[in-house]
Amino acid sequence: MAQLASALVTMLLGVLGCAVYFYGSNVLLDKVFPTKSGPAQKVARNLRISNTIRPWLFLGPAVLLLTFYLFYPVIDSIRLSFFDRSGDEFVGISNYVWLFNSDEFFESFRNNMLWLIVVPTAATFFGLIIATMTDRIWWGNIAKSLIFMPMAISFIGASVIWKFIYDFRSGDDAQIGLLNAIVVFFGGEPQNWITIPFWNNFFLMIILIWIQTGFAMVILSAALRGIPDETIEAAVLDGANGVQIFFKIMVPQIWGTIAVVWTTITILVLKVFDIVLAMTNGQWDTQVLANQMFDWMFRGGGDFGRGAVVAIVIMVLVIPIMIWNIKRANAEMEGR
Amino acid sequence: MIASSKRSPLTYLVHATVLFLVVIWTIPTAGLFISSIRDKDQLSVSGWWTALSTSEQRIVDRANGPSAQAQEGDLFVIRGNLLTNSSAKVTKFGFSSLEPEAFSAGDLAEMRKGQTLQVMPNGDYALSSPTEWKGSRGQRIFYTAEVPPRFTLDNYREVLSAEGLGQSFLNSLTVTIPATIIPILVAAFAAYALAWMRFPGRALLVAAVVGLLVVPLQMSLIPLLKSYNLIGEFFGVGSKTYVGIWLAHTGFGLPLAIYLLRNYIAGLPGEIIESARVDGASDFDIFRKIILPLSFPALASFAIFQFLWVWNDLLIAMVFLGNNEEHLVLTGQLRELLGSRGGNWEILTASAFITIIVPLCVFFSLQRYLVRGLLAGSVK
Repeated sequence: MAQLASALVTMLLGVLGCAVYFYGSNVLLDKVFPTKSGPAQKVARNLRISNTIRPWLFLGPAVLLLTFYLFYPVIDSIRLSFFDRSGDEFVGISNYVWLFNSDEFFESFRNNMLWLIVVPTAATFFGLIIATMTDRIWWGNIAKSLIFMPMAISFIGASVIWKFIYDFRSGDDAQIGLLNAIVVFFGGEPQNWITIPFWNNFFLMIILIWIQTGFAMVILSAALRGIPDETIEAAVLDGANGVQIFFKIMVPQIWGTIAVVWTTITILVLKVFDIVLAMTNGQWDTQVLANQMFDWMFRGGGDFGRGAVVAIVIMVLVIPIMIWNIKRANAEMEGR
Repeated sequence: MIASSKRSPLTYLVHATVLFLVVIWTIPTAGLFISSIRDKDQLSVSGWWTALSTSEQRIVDRANGPSAQAQEGDLFVIRGNLLTNSSAKVTKFGFSSLEPEAFSAGDLAEMRKGQTLQVMPNGDYALSSPTEWKGSRGQRIFYTAEVPPRFTLDNYREVLSAEGLGQSFLNSLTVTIPATIIPILVAAFAAYALAWMRFPGRALLVAAVVGLLVVPLQMSLIPLLKSYNLIGEFFGVGSKTYVGIWLAHTGFGLPLAIYLLRNYIAGLPGEIIESARVDGASDFDIFRKIILPLSFPALASFAIFQFLWVWNDLLIAMVFLGNNEEHLVLTGQLRELLGSRGGNWEILTASAFITIIVPLCVFFSLQRYLVRGLLAGSVK
């Protein structure tokens, strides 16, 4: 009870502090440069000054937080990648040399590439299929809701759910994992799925596909609804069948949205670490970059230099998407 | 859409396919839930899909020791009951590990030197011998019991108290609520400034926000950990505090929050804002009285996102809050249990369900806002 009370108080204090800043700073600005009364000339001058200052009052906390939590760390990570494990001594490019000579890095890089190919493709594909089909049936919204549901589940919760499905019992014991039970039912040999090198990567990917398909489905479904009916009616009149309409009329029109879904999931995949940490912690050849980075951050007291190098590899992989995003946003702003 | 008016075989195929996919997508979670309310002995020997059928368990038990014997006529008899669960039924039994199912319940089994063992279906057993029983340990009895399905909340009771889930639940709430509200406040002001105020560097700031949207968290962790340690040392407090994690979540959530809210606020009709300006309202008034109420749907969307994201986060909590018992959040606790109680599915399933129940409730009650937010964030 004491914990809850103190938690509530701290919560209130935090939220209140924020509110007080915005309110107080604006009131203060109005007090120092009054614009409501006084000689016209002074009002005009005050108005100009407060109009210059006020945007920065509004933006201040956001800019500070973004700088401290995202902008500065990115720069500092680059710097740290040239320093030793404690971050004090300059070691040149030796962290990079280490990285490109380490087998673990190539294993996680290969696995990350597999993830990058398989997960966005599969999630977008299933999402598109489900979005198309659920739009045609009366209980489509219920179906969508259920397929969307895993989005709300944490990666670690999802890992427990799927670890239970992949559970393996040796010998003649009854299998309590669904997958092995099905395999046994059809006369197969039960397997310890997550320890089979290479293929186990795919068993981990299934978890993320299971989570992300709902996201792809929701967005693609909205895009499909935005397709003008005339284009489809015209195709029907011209004698196109369902498959042709889907691939030649509908998919090209939502190409932009498919790209957005794809890149969003790609970024997520690059950052995914909870699933690997919980399922295998990188054993049995399942290491990925994000988990390797986490590992180096704390392994043996932590090696900041090597951790930073791995982080930079992830960042480099993201940069093309970042540039594409900024270009898209700029084009959109000009279009407004 | 191309919904045809007549019912074709294709329509049935669509129904069947969607049903199939829905089942595949729901079964994992359903299995988890069903398992979490099963009796833990049944859970460990049979799959959750058999939860409604009677399960067979092979059990080894020891009869009461010779000290419990009583003389009945010229026989020395030890009596007792094997079953702890009154609704279970013994079907077979035996006295040797080589033949654990040698006899049907009710039969009289001949052992050595005229000793006999009888086990009744209700679990009552009788060991009798013409000579006095010696030694201190009881005879081993092997039996097969049919146990009817049993559902219980014991697993939940256990994880909430003994496994520390209750404490973690509070910790998660403590982390999540401020970490959801603070970024909304900060981002809403920034979004308004970026959408409707004129100042140099605006376009650059918007581009920076879009760029930061995709910066991997991993890039920030090491420098921030160093900064936190320094700041903690400077103020003489630990580096792992709730304030620290609130601000971290705020920082990481801001790009998306500003982006979403700016898109929405920029889309509000300009005439309202202009006419308020003409009437002499300051930007703060406009924001408070016009923008905030109008952008409620966008605020709600982001709030749900941020709530789900913070509640489900493991990485930031592990780095900035550590994994000592008193600060452990639900996801962290679940991870610890996966390590320490890897095979105890009754604990894992119940714990996992506790960690996902709050997001699931939020999800199902506020799904509409979530979808709207997703669309605003991506389809533009």
